[in-house]
Amino acid sequence: MKLSKGWIVAIVIVIILLLLVSWGTGIYNKLVTKEETVNQQWANVENVYQRRADLIPNLVATVKGVANFEKSTLTAVIEARAKATSVSINPKNLDEASLQRFQQAQDGLSSSLARLMVVVERYPELKATQNFAELQAQLEGTENRITVERMKFNEVAQAYNAYLRQFPAVIFAGIYGFQKKAYFLAEKGAEKAPPVKFD
Amino acid sequence: MNIESAKMNKYKKLFLLLIFVSRIFPLLAQVIPERPVPPRLVNDFANILSADEVNRLENKLVVFNDSTSTQIAIIIVKSLNGYDKNDLAQRIGEKWGVGRKGKNNGVVILVKPKYGQEKGDACIQTGYGLEGVLPDITCKRIVDNEMIPAFRDNNYYKGLDKGISTIISITKGEYTADQYNKRTNPNPYGMLVPIIILFVVIFLIRSSRGGTHSVGKHLPFWTALWLLGSMGSGGGRGNWGNFSSGGGSFGGGGGFGGFGGGSFGGGGAGGSW
Repeated sequence: MKLSKGWIVAIVIVIILLLLVSWGTGIYNKLVTKEETVNQQWANVENVYQRRADLIPNLVATVKGVANFEKSTLTAVIEARAKATSVSINPKNLDEASLQRFQQAQDGLSSSLARLMVVVERYPELKATQNFAELQAQLEGTENRITVERMKFNEVAQAYNAYLRQFPAVIFAGIYGFQKKAYFLAEKGAEKAPPVKFD
Repeated sequence: MNIESAKMNKYKKLFLLLIFVSRIFPLLAQVIPERPVPPRLVNDFANILSADEVNRLENKLVVFNDSTSTQIAIIIVKSLNGYDKNDLAQRIGEKWGVGRKGKNNGVVILVKPKYGQEKGDACIQTGYGLEGVLPDITCKRIVDNEMIPAFRDNNYYKGLDKGISTIISITKGEYTADQYNKRTNPNPYGMLVPIIILFVVIFLIRSSRGGTHSVGKHLPFWTALWLLGSMGSGGGRGNWGNFSSGGGSFGGGGGFGGFGGGSFGGGGAGGSW
């Protein structure tokens, strides 16, 4: 019995520390993986919104070509687009306030686009053109994609948040500085269908 | 006794309520159809196609799946259950995993037949991997020009057949069934090397023995031959294995192997009539 009591205590403490470190590393890595999934999905969301923004100059150019097209609706779309593209979020900071700001800007664009489509109904010669028909299909598809990617974002954010707030992870999350992610909220009164309809 | 029976009654009610609730929940969850078992590419939940028509469509799609790995699933539903048609088709595609994982080369064709005054709906949703070759406008044209005219005449088979023929001709070059090719790609030198070694060894043995022919002295030669023979069959196994695996897919009678886990992002378009 060469080991003194002090040594045994020291060894036990070291073992416990090692276990704690490996446990913490596992949780940390899992948090990182889940957060990266959220970040990646956020990139997909931004991507589809960007796709819509990219369609608009084309749409505006096509609509402008029609004689005496209502100027005010076009201006509203252009302004809403500028506003929507100016709001960007750092995925590291997906809190409720900034996501709400982002969503507000994008929803503003959605509603001005919807208004434009209503106005277009009054110009049958425009609706009949090949170019406009293509843009319509693309825009409709983009709205579908936005709905899908937003839904997928909410799913992965929910998985991340649920893990983050459960018992073992919740201790480490505070230490490492992981934060809860915000969700996309359904637009008021428009949770069923995408806002632009072409039927 | 009275209290007892009242208690029993209460439990009975609670029990019935539980049964009721447990019955209701699966019903709510079944709004999006479950993945078919065994897997099928043509799923006529509305019973508007004859068995023969279903088989013909299924065979066409299975052949296309086997040769290109692109999966086209046809789903015919009685009702959209309050969903937007594109939304429902996307959810089905995602839930069933139509297309291969990683390639996401699946297509979902969703049809809701016209019933009396109720309008009919049809749409094509594309997996992420096919959005490039099947852009939304192409999907819209296929639905509007190939499918809906036949659907208007109540000829659902013709519309679906024309629709999938167009999709097949467009997407043919996009993906190849590389996992099939990889398996059936024999190495032409695999058999050759052991044979060359065999001849060299025979030649060496022959020349060193100088034509002596006693049984005992032949033994190492036969041993060498046997060893090399087993080596040769080792090298050749890939070929024979490939041959029989090729035969395996023949033996399957063209059955559909199953959905591969593809993912959908909302690409595609549809129309109504």
